[in-house]
Amino acid sequence: MRYISTPSVMKKIVFAMMVSAVCAGSARAASEADYLAAVAAAESANKEAGRLRNQWTVTQAAINAAKKAAESGNLDQALKSAQEAEALAKASIVQATSEKQRWKEMEIR
Amino acid sequence: MSALRLLLALATTLGLSASAMAADKPDPAADAKALQDYFVKKFPKVAFDDFVNGPYSMNADMRKQWEEKEQFPPYEFALDSGKEMFAKPFKNGKTYADCFANGGIGIRQNYPYFDDKEGKVITLELALNRCREANGEQPYSYVKDEMASLTAYMAYTSRGKRFDIKIPDDPRALEAFERGKEYFYTRRGQLNFSCASCHVQSPGERIRAEILAPALGILNAMPIYRSEWSGMGTISRRIVTCNSQTRAVPLEPQSDEYRNLEYYLSYVSNGLPVSGPGARP
Repeated sequence: MRYISTPSVMKKIVFAMMVSAVCAGSARAASEADYLAAVAAAESANKEAGRLRNQWTVTQAAINAAKKAAESGNLDQALKSAQEAEALAKASIVQATSEKQRWKEMEIR
Repeated sequence: MSALRLLLALATTLGLSASAMAADKPDPAADAKALQDYFVKKFPKVAFDDFVNGPYSMNADMRKQWEEKEQFPPYEFALDSGKEMFAKPFKNGKTYADCFANGGIGIRQNYPYFDDKEGKVITLELALNRCREANGEQPYSYVKDEMASLTAYMAYTSRGKRFDIKIPDDPRALEAFERGKEYFYTRRGQLNFSCASCHVQSPGERIRAEILAPALGILNAMPIYRSEWSGMGTISRRIVTCNSQTRAVPLEPQSDEYRNLEYYLSYVSNGLPVSGPGARP
């Protein structure tokens, strides 16, 4: 019967944990400039989605969450939420653009 | 010989362009027939007129509960207040009856219509607010309360009359119908749902606790009392809610898109009776 030796697995886990700890330590904390750039990009993309009449409720919610986190001084979370908002806004733009033709595939003829 | 060939080529090109143009021209009657045929074929046991009863036409248990509820319908209060509001004169002494054909009685089945002067679709909700404004009154909210009561009363006076939406042979009216159709089939929101995802592909199916209504006849029961809302809602409210449920930011009530959507949905339900006001879970 083949089995994985526990010491070998443990070594791997410890090694992975060390690598993640080093990486996390070296990750730069978000600055206010990072956050401001990210939230501006998110708002710009969401504005474009609005022009296409296809905003998503979750985009504004993520922008609001980013602003709230920034106000409380949690810039890491603020940056993360702003980046999420931008991704959502961009997805809504892709949806609006692709649906200009794709809706016809659903039509009952 | 070459001149003959040239003539033949020209004639063929002209013929093809003409047929291409004909194929591109919107054909609302064909669209309505295709959609009605689709539902009749998909639900062979549902009587044609019963499609206006939405989920109750699809589920026997729900139907039984609804029939019992109809003995004391939850929209009754709205109906009474709508009747009262409809008759009450504005400050200038005029009433809603002065704004509508036949004094506003028994006309629900003709809305929305295409106004050739404005070049846009006019819904009943819009016409009611325009009537108010023309008589020096403030417009009502499009989504509930007074607007729902007024449209409930007007629908009630039209019960049994068959939808008779007209699309004049006017490129702007045909465009409005096409834009309404496009809106209906376009996916939106984070959930990537179109109106058709629920109301064409999945009527009769459950989405969480709800049973989805067929698109055919979906506006004939409007306005409705919804238990989910604990109150009445208009067509505007229904569309806004649908958008929110897909996590799309709703447009403003009575935007061009919503008016065109209502035009499309109403036209494809031509021939079905008005059953509003209705009640839904």
